[in-house]
Amino acid sequence: MSTPVIQTENLSYVYSKGTPFEKTAVENVNIQIEKGAFVGVIGHTGSGKSTLIQHFNGLLAPTSGKIWIDGEDMWANPKEIRKFRFKVGLVFQYPEYQLFEETVYKDIAFGPTNMGLSQEEIDQRVREAAGFVGLTEEQMAKSPFELSGGQKRRVAIAGVLAMRPEVLILDEPTAGLDPRGRELILGQIQEYHRRNGNTILLVSHSMEDVAKYAQKALVMNDSRVFMYDDVDKVFAHAGEIEQMGLSVPQITRIFLRLAQLGYPVSSDVYTIEQAKAQLMTLLKKGERPNA
Amino acid sequence: MLKDITIGQYFPGKSIVHRLDPRMKIILTVLFIIMLFTANNFAGMGVGILFLVVGYLVSRIPFSMIGKSIKPVVPIIVFTAVLNMFFIEGGRVLFEIWVLKITTEGLSLAAMMALRIICLIAGTSLLTYTTSPIALTDGIERLMSPLKHLKVPVHELAMMMTIALRFIPTLIEETDKIMSAQKARGADMESGGVMQRAKALVPILIPLFVSSFRRAEELALAMECRCYHGGEGRTRMKQLKLSYLDFVCCGFVVFCLLATIVCNNLLPSVY
Ligand SMILES: Nc1ncnc2c1ncn2[C@@H]1O[C@H](COP(=O)(O)OP(=O)(O)OP(=O)(O)O)[C@@H](O)[C@H]1O
Ligand SMILES: [Mg+2]
Repeated sequence: MSTPVIQTENLSYVYSKGTPFEKTAVENVNIQIEKGAFVGVIGHTGSGKSTLIQHFNGLLAPTSGKIWIDGEDMWANPKEIRKFRFKVGLVFQYPEYQLFEETVYKDIAFGPTNMGLSQEEIDQRVREAAGFVGLTEEQMAKSPFELSGGQKRRVAIAGVLAMRPEVLILDEPTAGLDPRGRELILGQIQEYHRRNGNTILLVSHSMEDVAKYAQKALVMNDSRVFMYDDVDKVFAHAGEIEQMGLSVPQITRIFLRLAQLGYPVSSDVYTIEQAKAQLMTLLKKGERPNA
Repeated sequence: MLKDITIGQYFPGKSIVHRLDPRMKIILTVLFIIMLFTANNFAGMGVGILFLVVGYLVSRIPFSMIGKSIKPVVPIIVFTAVLNMFFIEGGRVLFEIWVLKITTEGLSLAAMMALRIICLIAGTSLLTYTTSPIALTDGIERLMSPLKHLKVPVHELAMMMTIALRFIPTLIEETDKIMSAQKARGADMESGGVMQRAKALVPILIPLFVSSFRRAEELALAMECRCYHGGEGRTRMKQLKLSYLDFVCCGFVVFCLLATIVCNNLLPSVY
């Protein structure tokens, strides 16, 4: 097996260590994320998802434990941490509040400029990233503060995409967007994943989105990693997942119930396509519950 | 990190000090400051230090917190101490290089000054550590209420203070978040000269201003929606009431103050 892009060993993080407000947000995480994987990160509110992913590009230094990016120890030389920030792009929760430039164009160019690229290269990347998230030429000349919330979100995502990170991490990129905006952004992220085989980590509260786009799922529960496995294997643990205050996709729930009622269906159905195939065979055979 | 700023941070607790009436605590803090400035020898200062030790022990605030609140003013303390050390002459000369002379009097005065500043900060920090910002402004509002007759908008001032205090942690959190977001885009804030560093602040300050304005607007709207219209005819959920505890503590502070004055008279001054 090739070296994992992200590997952690006993990674723990404690906020406000040594004060009465001390809070362990990530505890003893050991994971290996393979190159080119599309990982959905799920977990209840406050389970430590945002804290964990901020370790992957060196914004937070672990309280204890180690991280390797592409086999390289991240904190071996803290002075060179910026290198990893370009390699691992992170889009924050509600990223629209980080915009600051006079124009959308300049704001997207902030990242590539920091990388020290040439003017032509920057221009090319900015236009590509903007096109990718569906920003028009006319919007590029506007001030980012004149845009709507959803448009700002796209600008912020483009700002990270323009750095062409090898690993792209998005913290709830679709929170508060309309269904069309969601589809567009998630579809484009999937496209980014397909095109260059980039690794993607997508934090989401929507099990449907995780089921639809991700290949693997990382489940956080009370600051620990509960599970890291293929999506179907994770959703097969519906009982445990629902106990954590999460849910499985609605489709999965229907099939679990059908199986309970005695229909011969498998319980690891989590997308519409799989459901359709199962239902068609069921109808063809004219099955009745065998109870 | 920004989170290490502790001035004005409240440490929830249930100790006697926490339960004191905020008005009394403010008055006692003022008395304590007076005590520090009347003390003119080490014995008097010792009473002040003793008072602090008792205060911190009773309120269960770890002593390490004193260090945290003093950290930002260390340069000022060092500066005053050094000035006093070199420029006050009198007593025996201990040390002499070139035109600089260190005398016993200079040295003790420097120590006195440093102690005074440290005690001042430790004492006022005790007040903010044990009093929630809301209780604190409540106390200030009530203490200043006689000024209403002089047409001073006491309630409005107190409300402004409450809001400002309320938003300090929010602002710090927000700054942290924006800083992280810009760092994730490769912003370099740790290296370069003064100009470069000042420039690196732009991507942080602009979003911070924008969101502060947005917050202020939202807050004003929310307050109006709940029919806020200033202090006129407003009643309080928590009525402040002095209990015997307050008078006991007051007695203790007055006793300390008297002890300082006695020390001043019995022992020679360091000035
Ligand atoms: N800056 C901070 N200081 C102190 N504690 C924090 C801070 N940020 C997060 N926490 C705490 O750490 C825990 C994990 O927070 P985190 O933001 O990682 O959760 P999350 O899984 O991303 O939640 P959500 O789904 O709501 O985004 C929470 O209990 C939170 O209260
Ligand atoms: Mg989060």
